[in-house]
Amino acid sequence: MPELTLTSAPAHIRHGSNIGQPLTRRDGILKVTGQATYAADNHPPGMLFAVMATSSIARGRVVSLDVAAAKRHPRVVDVMTPDHKPQLAIDPELKTNPFVFRMEVLQSNEVRYANQPIAVVIAETQEAATEGAALLAPRYETLPPLVGLDAGESYMPPVVGVGNPTENHLGDVEAGLAAADKQIDAIYETPPQYHNAMEPHAIVAHWDGDRLQIDMPTQGLMLSLARVAELFGIAHKKIHIRSPFLGGGFGSKGFLAGPQTLGIMAAKLVGRPVKLVLRREQMYGPVGHRAPTRQRLRIGTDGEGRLTALDHHARTVSSTFDDFYEPAADASHTLYAAPAIRTSHDAVRVNTGTPLFMRAPGEATGSIALESAIDEMAWACGLDPLAFRLKNYAEVEPMTGRPFSSKALRACYEQGAARFGWAKRPLQPRQMRDDAGLLVGWGMGTATFPALMFQAEARAAIRRDGSGVMEIGAHDMGQGAWTALAQIAADSVGLDIDRLDFKSGTSDLPDAGIAGGSAHTATAGAAIHSAGAAVIGKLADLATSDERSPLFGAGNAGVIAREGRLIRRDDESRSESYAEILARAGVAEIEARGTGAANPAAMEQYAMHAHGAVFAEVKVDPELGQIRVTRMVGAFAAGRIVNPRMVQSQLFGGMIWGLSFALHEAAITDQRTGRIMNANLGEYHIPVNADVPPLDVITVEEHDPHVNALGIKGVGEIGITGSAGAVANAVWHATGVRVRKFPIRIEELLTQG
Amino acid sequence: MNHSISLTVNGARRDFVLDDPRVTLLDLLRERLHLTGTKKGCDRGQCGACTILVDGKRINSCLALAISHDGADILTIEGLARGDQLHPVQAAFIAHDGFQCGFCTPGQIMSAIGMIGEGQAGNDPERVRECMSGNLCRCGAYVGIVDAVLDAQGQMDETNQRRSA
Amino acid sequence: MKQFDYVRPATVTEAVAAAAQPGAVFLAAGTNLLDLMKGGVSRPDRLVDVTHLDGLDRIETLADGSLRIGALVRNADLAHDAEFARSYPAVAEALLSGASAQLRNAATVGGNLLQRTRCAYFYDTASRCNKREPGSGCDARDGENRGHAVLGWSESCIATHPSDFCVPLVALDAVVEIEGRGGRREIALDELHRLPGEAPERETVLEPGDLIVAVRLPTAARGFAAHARYLKVRERTSYAFAVVSAAAALRIENGKVAQARLALGGVAAKPWRARAAEDVLRGVAPTADAFQEAARRALEGAKPSGDNAFKIELARRIVVRALTLAAAGTPARIPALPASPFASTSGAIHA
Repeated sequence: MPELTLTSAPAHIRHGSNIGQPLTRRDGILKVTGQATYAADNHPPGMLFAVMATSSIARGRVVSLDVAAAKRHPRVVDVMTPDHKPQLAIDPELKTNPFVFRMEVLQSNEVRYANQPIAVVIAETQEAATEGAALLAPRYETLPPLVGLDAGESYMPPVVGVGNPTENHLGDVEAGLAAADKQIDAIYETPPQYHNAMEPHAIVAHWDGDRLQIDMPTQGLMLSLARVAELFGIAHKKIHIRSPFLGGGFGSKGFLAGPQTLGIMAAKLVGRPVKLVLRREQMYGPVGHRAPTRQRLRIGTDGEGRLTALDHHARTVSSTFDDFYEPAADASHTLYAAPAIRTSHDAVRVNTGTPLFMRAPGEATGSIALESAIDEMAWACGLDPLAFRLKNYAEVEPMTGRPFSSKALRACYEQGAARFGWAKRPLQPRQMRDDAGLLVGWGMGTATFPALMFQAEARAAIRRDGSGVMEIGAHDMGQGAWTALAQIAADSVGLDIDRLDFKSGTSDLPDAGIAGGSAHTATAGAAIHSAGAAVIGKLADLATSDERSPLFGAGNAGVIAREGRLIRRDDESRSESYAEILARAGVAEIEARGTGAANPAAMEQYAMHAHGAVFAEVKVDPELGQIRVTRMVGAFAAGRIVNPRMVQSQLFGGMIWGLSFALHEAAITDQRTGRIMNANLGEYHIPVNADVPPLDVITVEEHDPHVNALGIKGVGEIGITGSAGAVANAVWHATGVRVRKFPIRIEELLTQG
Repeated sequence: MNHSISLTVNGARRDFVLDDPRVTLLDLLRERLHLTGTKKGCDRGQCGACTILVDGKRINSCLALAISHDGADILTIEGLARGDQLHPVQAAFIAHDGFQCGFCTPGQIMSAIGMIGEGQAGNDPERVRECMSGNLCRCGAYVGIVDAVLDAQGQMDETNQRRSA
Repeated sequence: MKQFDYVRPATVTEAVAAAAQPGAVFLAAGTNLLDLMKGGVSRPDRLVDVTHLDGLDRIETLADGSLRIGALVRNADLAHDAEFARSYPAVAEALLSGASAQLRNAATVGGNLLQRTRCAYFYDTASRCNKREPGSGCDARDGENRGHAVLGWSESCIATHPSDFCVPLVALDAVVEIEGRGGRREIALDELHRLPGEAPERETVLEPGDLIVAVRLPTAARGFAAHARYLKVRERTSYAFAVVSAAAALRIENGKVAQARLALGGVAAKPWRARAAEDVLRGVAPTADAFQEAARRALEGAKPSGDNAFKIELARRIVVRALTLAAAGTPARIPALPASPFASTSGAIHA
């Protein structure tokens, strides 16, 4: 990988920085010229190509592999199988911490899901490795697979999501329902979905003695590094991971995946660098997915349309060998002020790769069901869906009674509705048509996502020449870390962004935590902010304690850092540049570290969430049932916006995922074999350009003094919530047909002509 | 059996001996010429990340055998900028934030240049959306992509008009 | 991908001879073949590359007024040929509604005719498929089959033909010119594709070595230019195969249908010409009732092959709509979203 040269000061970058400015991406030029180096673009000398063979059965065991046939193929170097592979230092089945998932790395012949890796062919060329894998022609002993939401005995998982209780109660739901004037009882189904980042999971692994160089996309450099270290029994310092760019992650690149481990093993086996890239179909198994759900919502209202009870139950699945439970029902904890709320989950085990976090895990699945049900309830009450939501607006977090650290949802409703023109919406469905006779419908949904924080650290330095350095092993998966974090960094040390050397994306830098939970900018940003403040503090100490400095005696609190100078607060004419301070002190570089983490006291006291309101217009062909979204407006309040341009893009992306959830994506599983029949991008539909209408995003002003020092709540996932329901509700409003199984299919809308 | 072929890649003639007829243009570019700007997203003609121009037309390089394209003139993402001077489409993608993760971006940009050359979309955003639908973007940067394509096309039209005036 | 020999014949005769060998297949653009080879669905021993053959990439109007399209003409070049689009607007619209711009730039006319089904069980080499492996069975029959055939299917195969292009072509009586070991012959496109019956592996009437060299549209096909549409319902706005599609072409004289042409896509193993429906339209006024009757006739004998009964009703509605659109007249320009129900995106909304 060549040295990263990020844009420093091209014409398109706006100066005067930093936080709040819509800078264009600093990695923009690299990305539009093809020079941004993704993992699979690396090619160390002597590199071989590895291709996985994956299982076509979902349950059973591999009885034989024709290794000889594969090896006979010209340029095949070796075939890694359960019988021929380097030993790992620990059992890959061992869960050494809660963020370790079991992986299939040829530890046995057992097959637990379709598309499980069963061998790896290593060859001099991509073509030879690919055909070598095909020539293995596995034979299997097949057992009947467990498939679907009714695959077996259901059970209550110990926790859902990341340590959330499986059940939660507030008040007496049954009494609330019994006392209700009106109620609905509806069942919604969501399908298995696959992340399908455009970049397939990849690894280039290069052993140099006991040192290991890895190129791979990861949302968690240090978690991945720790996992590699324990699996291969080598010290952390002997491993170097580079992940400057991810071609999308969406949760599927959070942890070291089995296939990436196989790439490292293959490199060890053959003693040469190896590249292993998943084929698209191989991404439907060993690298996580969003589990299907079946959700039952029971809601009651009094004569005024106020909620009396909200009961949300979700059935989901996990794999037969590990645990991850989509916390779908938890979506009902925060949004609507019901006096009685119950959320609960149960699950069955199926022969599938273990489900995983996928953009807004739980929130997305739960939101489309909840927002549909709220829409149904509003209709049952004869109320406008927005009026109904306002009537049941939660002033405090319903489940816990805690105040919100900030909540500008009312403003989101107002501004979004005004921009959309919601006031003109007829209450009854199937009332609007366009000139061409297409049915038109308007729907809305409320968006919410928790404002999370993980843990991160950063190192800041000021150099002799007055420039700054900020180091943090952060992850840019498209959200714009190279830019937004650099903006925070530049502000933290009082420099223009082009005077700051922002280093990121490798494992030798301070741990930035995981890029997930929409928390990366907040967490890494907080660490950067504190490192920057610390180094400026040291610099101030240096200057203000030096008699020769014009700042002498001002004290740390008496100076501010701006544009590369420390300036006396009480007399701005007295200042000194960083370079002057360091030169006089004879110091080449001054450095400090900082950390970012959640404030437990604040979390105890406040409920912390981002909010939003999404409004969608769809058109539906009245006879043919084809649907098209024609307009969407999303108004979001997510605390401080570091870079409005990138935040808008994140929210657009989330809204498109919502649209996709409602109308497009679903993995189709053959119920007899457990194989996914559309494991490709031709038939697993994600929206194409023509599916996406003009989108409108409003970021509503919101100042949150509690979430973190910077007031950032995160925007990576909230866009999908609310949007999925808004589109589904718009389809109902257009057609009068309430579809409760997602994605909404043409045949569901053909019942009426 | 070895096959000799010659291609013009980003303006330079390249002669090779292909030791395997299975090599696609995509794998030839990426693995043998180390022009890795062109991306492999699906390898099956379903995502558009591998879009390049062959004899001026945009195609999916993953579904094109190199051997069958003997004599072809190939333009990839690496061949667009003139030194520091970005192609108008490249610059417009930055200005309009027409990407997030950037993985589909080389394909989007090559596709946009091909599309502008085809001259079918004009300045109608709806036609641009349709004509760019062969390039998937999972991050969902479509709004910026459409804006970027329209903007760049307008700039290119202006430049052409100035030149011909 | 299996190893193969690559041969590049200099002439059509050489090509035919080279491809007549067992295990040999023609390579044109490869947009479908390479996909199949990468999936292990197709494992040929020899690729006979016809893309360098001279003279097969021309569009020419013959003396009798018919149009001859060389088999190597690219889909996009044909669709964007102004004279072609004027004379055969439904064909151009169908072409532009298929695949993506990139694929249309590569894919050839001959290749489009011979593209294979998208049946997931055909593509999944671990499934039983009579088309891929004769006699193995059909896992689609009791599988995930909401997209499968409702006309002309058999217990041995319920796959559909995925082409958009073929649908208006078959409606317009296109003729296929074939060069084979016995010299040149021609057949109606409607006779090129076979229904599955007991031998779904035999998808066409072509013999080993047979090379499609051209497709011809007869003179009469031009007579429908004023009233010809292709309509395609799909699950994405673009870049998706048809759930069901229809090509409708009318010759209207003195307020009556002088002649009608109708074909359906996505419903059978071949582009489905609906002659019975055409017959009921002849000589009648182009009214909603008449189109309903035509739709009823077009789907006579249709039956679900699985979870796809909706496709029968959908096909009826598409027929009515396609005929209605055709009767209204061919638009001056192909819509922004070709063949889409959303072709017309009007701003005004009425309560």
